[in-house]
Amino acid sequence: MINEYDVIIIGGGATGAGVARDCALRGIKALLIERHDIATGATGRNHGLLHSGARYAVNDRESAEECIRENMILRRVASHCVEDTGGIFISLPEDGLDFQKKFIDSCHAAGISAEAIDPKEALIIEPSANPKLIGAVKVPDGSVDPFRLTAANILDAKLHGAHVLTYHRVDELVQQSGRVVGVKVTDTVSGEKKEFRATITVNACGIWGRDIAAQAGVKINMLPAKGSLLVFGHRVNNVVINRCRKPADADILVPGDSITVIGTTSTKVPFDECDNMYVTRDEVDLLLREGSMLCPALNHTRILRAYAGVRPLVASDDDPSGRSVSRGIVLLDHATRDGVEGFITITGGKLMTYRLMAEWTTDLICKKLGIDKPCQTAEKMLPGSSESKSCKRTAGGGSQWSCSASSATWRHGDNASKIDSSTAAKRALVCECEQVTVGEVEYAVKELGVNNLIDLRRRTRMGMGTCQGSLCAARAASVMAKAHGCTVEGAKSDLKRFVSERWKGMSAVAWGDTLREGELLCWLYDGVCDLSNDKITE
Amino acid sequence: MEKQYSQNNFEQCTKCTVCTVYCPVAAVNPLYAGPKQAGPDSERLRMKGAEYYDQNLSLCLNCKRCEVACPSDVRIGDIIQSARIKYSTKKPGLREFTLANTDLVGSVATLVSPVVNATLGLKPVRHIVEGVMNIDHRRIFPKYAFGTFEGRMKKRRKEQAAFSKQVAYFHGCYVNYNNPPLGEAFVKVLNALGYGVQLLDKEKCCGVALISNGFVNQAKKQAQVNLKSIREAQNKGLKVVATSSTCTFTLRDEYKHLLEIENDDVRDNIDLAVRFIYNLLTDGDVKLNFNPDAPRIKVAYHSACHMERMGWTCYSIELLKLIPSVELVCLESQCCGIAGTYGFKKENYETSQAIGDKLFKAIEESGCDYVSTDCETCKWQIEMSTTKKVLHPIEILANSLS
Repeated sequence: MINEYDVIIIGGGATGAGVARDCALRGIKALLIERHDIATGATGRNHGLLHSGARYAVNDRESAEECIRENMILRRVASHCVEDTGGIFISLPEDGLDFQKKFIDSCHAAGISAEAIDPKEALIIEPSANPKLIGAVKVPDGSVDPFRLTAANILDAKLHGAHVLTYHRVDELVQQSGRVVGVKVTDTVSGEKKEFRATITVNACGIWGRDIAAQAGVKINMLPAKGSLLVFGHRVNNVVINRCRKPADADILVPGDSITVIGTTSTKVPFDECDNMYVTRDEVDLLLREGSMLCPALNHTRILRAYAGVRPLVASDDDPSGRSVSRGIVLLDHATRDGVEGFITITGGKLMTYRLMAEWTTDLICKKLGIDKPCQTAEKMLPGSSESKSCKRTAGGGSQWSCSASSATWRHGDNASKIDSSTAAKRALVCECEQVTVGEVEYAVKELGVNNLIDLRRRTRMGMGTCQGSLCAARAASVMAKAHGCTVEGAKSDLKRFVSERWKGMSAVAWGDTLREGELLCWLYDGVCDLSNDKITE
Repeated sequence: MEKQYSQNNFEQCTKCTVCTVYCPVAAVNPLYAGPKQAGPDSERLRMKGAEYYDQNLSLCLNCKRCEVACPSDVRIGDIIQSARIKYSTKKPGLREFTLANTDLVGSVATLVSPVVNATLGLKPVRHIVEGVMNIDHRRIFPKYAFGTFEGRMKKRRKEQAAFSKQVAYFHGCYVNYNNPPLGEAFVKVLNALGYGVQLLDKEKCCGVALISNGFVNQAKKQAQVNLKSIREAQNKGLKVVATSSTCTFTLRDEYKHLLEIENDDVRDNIDLAVRFIYNLLTDGDVKLNFNPDAPRIKVAYHSACHMERMGWTCYSIELLKLIPSVELVCLESQCCGIAGTYGFKKENYETSQAIGDKLFKAIEESGCDYVSTDCETCKWQIEMSTTKKVLHPIEILANSLS
């Protein structure tokens, strides 16, 4: 591998992937380095809400405007990652209707369409919404799949010449006379040490960006804010339900693919907890209590799992106390800010604005490299999104393989045509809950940079359904082992990591049917598959 | 223990897959994905959109053996049938109309039954029926009776009214149009127990064939008529008793689960003949006098799917055991493959016979004189596919009385 690049991007979240793609499209030689898999940080640990911006309209006009602009762009360029569900903001009797007027005016001022509708109409649009609602506003919310979005950006970046290294940890920023000139990394799978050089290094590490910046002697005042969410077993709602009040905990319910997500909480956590997020009992209680105000059906819907992410909130530079927190995009040129050349940090922002963050970053990179090429990411479709959304509706056509064909099209857009379904063996299901075939697993392994079962889950939804891997994990391990040619021991330890990761999310909500499912999971893998020497449930 | 059904019943599924192991269709037809996938798995996906509906759900027999097998109380069969009702875009044709409208076809056929029976017995005719209607030519139709059971009972109204205790009899289409002697056997047994038998004010086909052939609205109308009559009978203090296991199951469970018609108020008052009679005999108030000279017969009992679903197979078995002249063999419980009108359809014929194959062999090997079952369509299938004659337990009971 050539060790000289124009740009090294550290961080494989949506932002890093977006920067890599933007650079590649502008002909800049880019290398992306990620210590785990893509979309493992905050990118993969949020609602998956395609914000209309309405949530921010009252308090943060700038964010609201960014959101609605990006919303419209993503619908176009990332159509296979986005679902146009629409959204409603409901007012409950205890909220009153005072906020609603201000809310609608602020939306309009930010360029967001917001239409007050009759409570009865709201219940027709979304029958699962709390029937006690006294008012509702329709907004252009949607849902977006962060794993697909990141994977599509990575795919396109690679198509245009970018290099991507996952499972590579940055050990050190290489500095020469006040300038960052490259990185020293360790391949965390093989243990091999490598060094790469580039004119510019971009820090796109979310909350972990503080530590990367510190290696260059740069201080960024960040505040880790944990947000916890719950995943429900099926699509309870088909329209995003928000609460029409000042933004608070657990007031957004988003349908995403075959499930529904409620969130979030917001708690400040110490930095040393960022690598090991957990959801507390109080957070689960709060999410359920507030969530059932949006949608009473949540009280009797199976909860699949709980997860939490860390928002990379950045304190303003002129406020050392850290109280004045911005939720907007933070782009730091450390040459002007700190006198460190060749080093840029992009942070803050949100999943919704990942493309804009990448655009700003790449604009700055271009300026520094003296390249005059315009950004194309607002017009150029992501791979998978080039055909119209309507192919989703017709895929399969209700025939024998309709469920898996439709599911694959939903996940990969027009790239689903690359999945081999020519024989019964390729069409055989690995994951029954989410209809992932052998052909799709092989496609993901070949094209989407899958290293292990957990990566495979992010690319295909394998193991994300109601059984949480009970039945599919072993089958997937077998297909993967064949594709990768790995040993029995390797496959087993991969399987163990996968099952343990599934159980971690289930354990926070392990009662009722989820506990029964967990029992079956343990029974199968602890007992039948002889993973018993090391407890799966620990 | 009381069954536990949550509001999102399909989410109780832990994906253990035991239902698919017990599915008679999945075992013989690879086109059918099996109950777990057709039911709870796909129900989740159908919430994303109608394109997740698989037309092969029509391969489901609605035998409900999946529900019997399920350790998590998931109403798998109901989920599949409801999805068919909600999403199927296939319009029922002439064949479905003819097979489903048992009342209409039956009342015409019983007027001219000698002609109908003779004609449907002819091979060339069966080939024409196959060509026009897609009903397999190898399938043998049940014979129609000359005149209906209802007609026969009209003449016996006074005689039956003389009994101090009364029951209302839901005879079903089969007894009415094809096999009135079964109805008469029921009356004989009930009379011997001191009960007079009356018919419901108005009885329509229970609707099971309408539901499975896609005529849900008509099924709902007929259900309302039947429930009205059953309520009237209940108000008069009468138990409603049926000889057909499928009619009983439809009236008690399918009305509510598939047609979404409330029947909680009368469900417990609808009973199956064998269960009603067994309970009378074991409560000790009444006795039956068996004919000591009745010829000894060996009977092989076949558990119909809907008997299994109701959990009432034991009543038939125990009742048959009470008959001194009967030597009873219990066949391993498995589907015979016909599932009402399913096995008549040309495209299902092979599947239907493949499902029943093990049962047919077991019957031949049992050395029985007769097969007994509570379901009329199992009778057609077994009589067509084996050398044995099939009798309802009530017929065997009636024949053994003094």
